[in-house]
Amino acid sequence: MAAITVSGLTKDYGHFHAVKGVSFEVDEGEVFGLIGPNGAGKTTTLRVLATLLEISGGSVTIFGRDLKGEAPAVRKMISYLPEDAGAYKNMTGRRYLEFISGFFTPEKDPGQLLERGLHIANLKERIDDRVETYSKGMTRRLLVARALMIEPKLAILDELTSGLDVLNAQEIRRVVRAQTQQGTTVLLSSHNMLEVELMCDRIALINDGRIVESGRPKELKEKYGASNIEEVFVEVVK
Amino acid sequence: MSGLGRIFWKEVRELLTPATLVPIIIMAIVFAMLGSAFGGIQEEMEEKAQVGLIIDDEGVIGDFARASLNASTTIVYNGTDLVEGRAMLMDGEAGDALIYIPYNFTSNLLGGSPGWVQVFYHMKGTGLSSSLDSGKVGGALDTLSTDISYAMIVSNFTSNATLVLEPMVMSSTTFLNDKEVEGVTPSQLDAVLSQGQFIVPLIVMLVIIMAGSMVISSMGNEKENKTLETLLTLPVKRTWIVLGKLAGAAVVGLIVSMIYMVGLGFYYSSLAGTSEIDLEKYALALGIEDYVLIGISLFLALLCGLALCMILGIFTKNYKAAQSMTLPITMLALIPMFISLFSDFASLPGPVQALVFAIPFSAPMFAISNITLGYYWLVVAGIIYCAIFAAATMLLAVWMFKRDILLTGRVRSAEKKKFALGGLVSNLWRK
Repeated sequence: MAAITVSGLTKDYGHFHAVKGVSFEVDEGEVFGLIGPNGAGKTTTLRVLATLLEISGGSVTIFGRDLKGEAPAVRKMISYLPEDAGAYKNMTGRRYLEFISGFFTPEKDPGQLLERGLHIANLKERIDDRVETYSKGMTRRLLVARALMIEPKLAILDELTSGLDVLNAQEIRRVVRAQTQQGTTVLLSSHNMLEVELMCDRIALINDGRIVESGRPKELKEKYGASNIEEVFVEVVK
Repeated sequence: MSGLGRIFWKEVRELLTPATLVPIIIMAIVFAMLGSAFGGIQEEMEEKAQVGLIIDDEGVIGDFARASLNASTTIVYNGTDLVEGRAMLMDGEAGDALIYIPYNFTSNLLGGSPGWVQVFYHMKGTGLSSSLDSGKVGGALDTLSTDISYAMIVSNFTSNATLVLEPMVMSSTTFLNDKEVEGVTPSQLDAVLSQGQFIVPLIVMLVIIMAGSMVISSMGNEKENKTLETLLTLPVKRTWIVLGKLAGAAVVGLIVSMIYMVGLGFYYSSLAGTSEIDLEKYALALGIEDYVLIGISLFLALLCGLALCMILGIFTKNYKAAQSMTLPITMLALIPMFISLFSDFASLPGPVQALVFAIPFSAPMFAISNITLGYYWLVVAGIIYCAIFAAATMLLAVWMFKRDILLTGRVRSAEKKKFALGGLVSNLWRK
């Protein structure tokens, strides 16, 4: 079964058409990347898939569940990490993970989820400090832990390492990669084309609300005679 | 344009938004309406008191009193039978008060004793405006007393200075509903009643402003800290998110109101302890069932306020913007609170009644005066209205939580039509 099937998805904000008929499929256990410049429609597509925004047109199914009619069921399977997400500043890191894990009972054991979250966050003794005292990298690790500790069937990750230094970015990519070994399907978006090339099994290039090319990074580079995905993208949108 | 001019125009454009202006314009219109409604009070004060008069005294001073009262008041009832006069007063046929001068008024004064005058008031409402009528009657009686003193001095009637200074002894009786409160004027009775009636509106206003501010700030914080999106993708119904936030703020609001009530309760009991009017003796004190009604009314008004704040919070962008969003709620709470200080609900002009009733916070603010005046149906109507209003606003908040507007903070032009009442109702029905 396909993890995600998107057919002719459109999303309008009044007269502005943010997504103009996007279609793609993501297989179970795959890491699929949406890449494109700022304002291309990546985040809007991800927010629709995360059940945050209403669909203007087309259809989306996630593990066979129709997004329009079965949003609550979809929410049980997904985990969404927005680009500039934050955590409750007055909570400690541990309390925040406890708070989130409580929403997944009784299907999952909150104690196990917490243990897993603590392991992914790897914040050591700082996990018992308030979130407001965390650096950007620490907060992002906590949020990645929040997103992955529940072992979602689908993780939707928007600009995974946005604003992080190289070391923190590498660590977070490693954590996400490890998660995919557990069978989680990952849909991620980025305008960092190097990151997507490193992490994704397949990618779709999105520009001005439309998918302009898709395929495996290696195949696309060969097709356009490019040395990296950035060059592929420039060739495609030229 | 100079640097100063550029910064000036940037600030003006940022600060002068529809969100800032619309509540202020609405408030200006509301206050203009209230001003015109209450503007008549000054003119009313300048008018003569309307009284009923029974003078059993056939002596010279009785005639003198009739002439004095004729000049200082408008006599709308002139009778001879006290029982009939009291009935006329209760039916509203004897003006603001019934003045009774007994048969021995002249003989007492001639004998060196003060003349006895009995005044019966029919108190139709509470608040400052209810005291005006009795004040005018009191003024007319003071004029009568002065006229008698003056006549005594001019005619060298007596050398008893005490009698000249106080030629009359007045006894006042006030009817409130079917209760007869002896020895007090309406303004004295209102002073005691208003001590209790002042507390509830104050508490309602403080709690609604504070709890409402918490809800709006919570939404502002969720948006500013970017935690809302995470919350919305968790496997929890949007209804529970809305109700959870409302319930949290309601509990905190109730705790706060209880703390206020304890403090103000001590204040009230201290004042009541010094009062000479025992309300329980005249069955004017509130019973347990009255407190239950006020409590229900307060709780529902709090829910209305919180649900309204939740809707306002949906439109807020961050914590700073959330602070200005509390202004409309603050104003809505202030209007009935100020009005409750001046008048009871039943005494308000029709359009003001409609405006005040439409504000859900009014129900508990006017509950005590309505109970005191026997208008239980108004208290119950207020409770029913608040329940419907709270349910409707909570449904609307839940509906908005399921829409893009929660994240985008604005209504899409294509959706504006849906916000028309018909579209909204049909959407809610379909859901």
